[in-house]
Amino acid sequence: MELCPTIKNILLLDSEGKRIAVKYYSDDWPTNAAKEAFEKAVFTKTQKTNARTEAEITMFDNYIVVYKFVQDLHFFVTGGENENEIILATVLQGFFDAVGLLLRGTEDKKEALENLDLILLCLDEIVDGGYELSFIVLSIILETDANVIAGKVDSHSMDAGAPLSEQTITQALATAREHLTRSLLK
Amino acid sequence: MAQPLVKKDDDRDDEVDYSPFLGIEKGAVLQEARVFNDPQLDPRRCSQVITKLLYLLNQGETFTKVEATEVFFSVTKLFQSRDMGLRRMVYVIIKELSPSADEVIIVTSSLMKDMTSKTDMYRANAIRVLCRITDGTLLTQIERYLKQAIVDKNPVVASAALVSGIHLLQTNPEIVKRWSNEVQEAVQSRAALVQFHALALLHQIRQNDRLAVNKLVSSLTRGSVRSPLAQCLLIRYTSQVIRESTNDTQTGDRPFYDFLEGCLRHKAEMVIFEAARAITELNGVTSRELTPAITVLQLFLSSSKPVLRFAAVRTLNKVAMSHPTAVTNCNIDMESLISDQNRSIATLAITTLLKTGNESSVDRLMKQITNFMSDIADEFKIVVVDAIRSLCLKFPLKHRSLMNFLSNILREEGGFEYKKAIVDSIVILIRDIPEAKESGLLHLCEFIEDCEFTYLSTQILHFLGIEGPKTSDPSKYIRYIYNRVHLENATVRAGAVSTLAKFGAMVDGLKPRIFVLLRRCLFDNDDEVRDRATLYLNTLGGDGAVVETDEGVKEFLFGSLDVPLVNLENSLKNYDPSEKAFDINSVPKDVKTQPLAEKKATSKKPTGLGAPPPGPLSTVDAYEKLLSSIPEFASFGKLFKSSAPVELTEAETEYAVNVVKHIFDGHVVFQYNCTNTIPEQLLENVTVIVDVSEAEEFAEVASKPLRQLPYDSPGQTFVAFEKPEGVSAVGKFSNMLRFIVKEVDPSTGEAEDDGVEDEYQLEDLELVAADYMLKVGVSNFRNAWESMGVDFERVDEYGLGPRDSLAEAVNAVINLLGMQPCEGTEVVPPNSRSHTCLLSGVYIGNVKVLVRLQFGLDGPKDVAMKLAVRSEGETVSDAIHEIVASG
Repeated sequence: MELCPTIKNILLLDSEGKRIAVKYYSDDWPTNAAKEAFEKAVFTKTQKTNARTEAEITMFDNYIVVYKFVQDLHFFVTGGENENEIILATVLQGFFDAVGLLLRGTEDKKEALENLDLILLCLDEIVDGGYELSFIVLSIILETDANVIAGKVDSHSMDAGAPLSEQTITQALATAREHLTRSLLK
Repeated sequence: MAQPLVKKDDDRDDEVDYSPFLGIEKGAVLQEARVFNDPQLDPRRCSQVITKLLYLLNQGETFTKVEATEVFFSVTKLFQSRDMGLRRMVYVIIKELSPSADEVIIVTSSLMKDMTSKTDMYRANAIRVLCRITDGTLLTQIERYLKQAIVDKNPVVASAALVSGIHLLQTNPEIVKRWSNEVQEAVQSRAALVQFHALALLHQIRQNDRLAVNKLVSSLTRGSVRSPLAQCLLIRYTSQVIRESTNDTQTGDRPFYDFLEGCLRHKAEMVIFEAARAITELNGVTSRELTPAITVLQLFLSSSKPVLRFAAVRTLNKVAMSHPTAVTNCNIDMESLISDQNRSIATLAITTLLKTGNESSVDRLMKQITNFMSDIADEFKIVVVDAIRSLCLKFPLKHRSLMNFLSNILREEGGFEYKKAIVDSIVILIRDIPEAKESGLLHLCEFIEDCEFTYLSTQILHFLGIEGPKTSDPSKYIRYIYNRVHLENATVRAGAVSTLAKFGAMVDGLKPRIFVLLRRCLFDNDDEVRDRATLYLNTLGGDGAVVETDEGVKEFLFGSLDVPLVNLENSLKNYDPSEKAFDINSVPKDVKTQPLAEKKATSKKPTGLGAPPPGPLSTVDAYEKLLSSIPEFASFGKLFKSSAPVELTEAETEYAVNVVKHIFDGHVVFQYNCTNTIPEQLLENVTVIVDVSEAEEFAEVASKPLRQLPYDSPGQTFVAFEKPEGVSAVGKFSNMLRFIVKEVDPSTGEAEDDGVEDEYQLEDLELVAADYMLKVGVSNFRNAWESMGVDFERVDEYGLGPRDSLAEAVNAVINLLGMQPCEGTEVVPPNSRSHTCLLSGVYIGNVKVLVRLQFGLDGPKDVAMKLAVRSEGETVSDAIHEIVASG
């Protein structure tokens, strides 16, 4: 049995099932075709459900998938069949809320693509691992608190010395706001 | 050229498909990446280009080695910029590009500089990147910094170092193990995630040292672990320790159980659930231990969060398999989940309820399921139908409502598999619950009135023919059956004719009316239907008067065919229409298995002229043909059984030999299939010298040498033994291959004249009791068992000792006896504590044997078995017990 809680993948798809940003931390899907097939299956299986207020959950092909939707964004976190469902849901919630903070409330596909850099950094801060260079594909949860994740992603506008974990939600929102102004000025 | 990544003021509202990456193209982006080389870096622009590169990679685009190297080298230039945002993107893309070892050297100095930077974000990320791409040699240089980082006051830096340690442990364990002290300090960190990462690393460092893990668990379970994730880890480690330790025999208390129970009161849901699940999965968990876990899971069932409901119902569903009574308290909460929006939850709830429900709740449950059935997929419906069937077998008194439910859903829309599952369930209920028979048969009759599946119609008609005549009023089924003759396709009509005939044969009073109906069928436009009608009119005899049907006729109509259908089909195909009538006794009774020899033969392409054609050798009748063509063996009588080939040599040896054991009533013939794998050799006069000193009941009577064995063309040599007639003599035979070897010139293929005599030791061969047993299945074990009677029944119990699993024990006994498992009983459901397995076969001397094996777990590993044998001969029943007793 896998002792350490393991995330198999994190997916952010649009309302047609197309990729916005995905990250695989497992070699269960060795090729891009296998990954796309999995995404298609997940999307078709979940698209008719209402996962907008609470995260929903399903099980297929011996994977547990937790998911949550907002506007045209579909968030998924996949784990093995023996994984603690609530840990998976915690990771999903962390990702979902962090993206919400970083997109400053306008959570839709356009905004997500325009801030793809932030979303990719976000994925990098949630789970560490899944790179082909390591001999064994290992992944470990780095952080599940949305405020901390968003804070770390947006840390370049902060005081270098301030410990990141001590950020409050107001700080996180402040940095997010600053980011907005910056991009508007472009 | 390069598009700005973010175009806020664009008129994008008019454009539905607006995307900053619209029309993005790899070549163009690689061109854009040249900005990384500009002397005056524009951080924002560079960030955008990196994002585009990452976007391409994320969409599944791949870079060639050259492209990746080029991008990597230009990215390394970006370390000159002091822009933090850009630096973050640089870290990410370096990890994604996964540079090769010789390229890594370019960035190591920059990364090492960042690793010692004052900025936490730089330190943390540089550690993660460097540990990702580095190899062992560099690690010794940076080890000092990593050890410091583990105890860094900034939690992000500490976590980065710990997580990197977890990855590095796979490749450089000896280095990471030196960090134990620092890691142990980090376990006490006030930061939650640091604690989690430190605990994970510490456990991995110590995982092979059971004592150290024990110590770690016992010290931490007493202390307070703050992080919920770390607490979940600790629960998993604790369960592992519990699994490996034994209970305190004096008090019966389980070590660490109190800790698990305490975790049920944790404030984090993930910890509560982890602990509850750990308790339910304890080996041999008692109901007292289960209760608190079930209670918290029950609370989760009514949570507003689907994830909690799912987690709880899934765990309870597993518990219900082994401890149904423990879950009954949750039944009311479970019932409300039947209407859950989430279909996975609803289905899990239904199947749990069907396992735990008591007799009084069945009616209410059925009502709820009826509402539920209309909006789930067929695959889920089949699960429900299966569960209802087992429920009905559990509570036979409830057959009325359950049968009604089945007949209702039978009338609704559904695919073939679903309908088949329902029909199968009704058939099983009719067979096992006598009171349900009449209503069940009528439901089936109504179903075939409007059934679109020919297969199901014919199955039901066949079943009606067997069960219908035994009911109190057989005549009421006739109408349904005769309607089929009018309204259906030819296959169903033929089936209906056979069914009518069975009623005529069994119910004498109906015979005159059946004759009228059958005579009408003589005018059918289908050959098969007319043929059947004619056949039955003639066999039933009596010219339609009320007379008793002849026993022989009944046997012909109802008796089971005692030959496998495949063999019958083959024999009929080979039968040449002639004066000589087809003899059903000539059909072999052995169930064919694909011998190994055939696979070998096809892959090796035999070319030799002397070798007999290998293809047909695979079948039993081919063996028979082959043996009867050898005059020495012609007098042995009818071949009883041929074994699958047994290899007598290792793979890839000079000579490959396998043997087929042919069993006759008073003789045994070993057929040695030999292959010469040396191109430079020709073998002549090949024989096998068999030593029977460990098989005393056997005496060699004949042997048939192989004249020539050229390279790569298989040939056979035979040895025959006499043995006491009809007895299952066993023994061990040692074999020596003896031959004359001649050198072959590989260029001309010609052999030299002079040869040398040589020998080659083969492995021993055993003749075991299972060799005297034919695998012959029966279609309905229960009927066969009852008709065999108790005259020669022998029952005894055996202890099989400790076994890996119940399934392993079941397989071992099946293989020992060499019999055919019936009705799928060779499959043991997971987690079951007992199992019944049904076997049938024909023993030498053509004696039918049926075996019922009941297995049970006796203690944690010990398997006990009750063996009941029924056969047509007392000695055979005893012989079966002897096989088991000695095996």
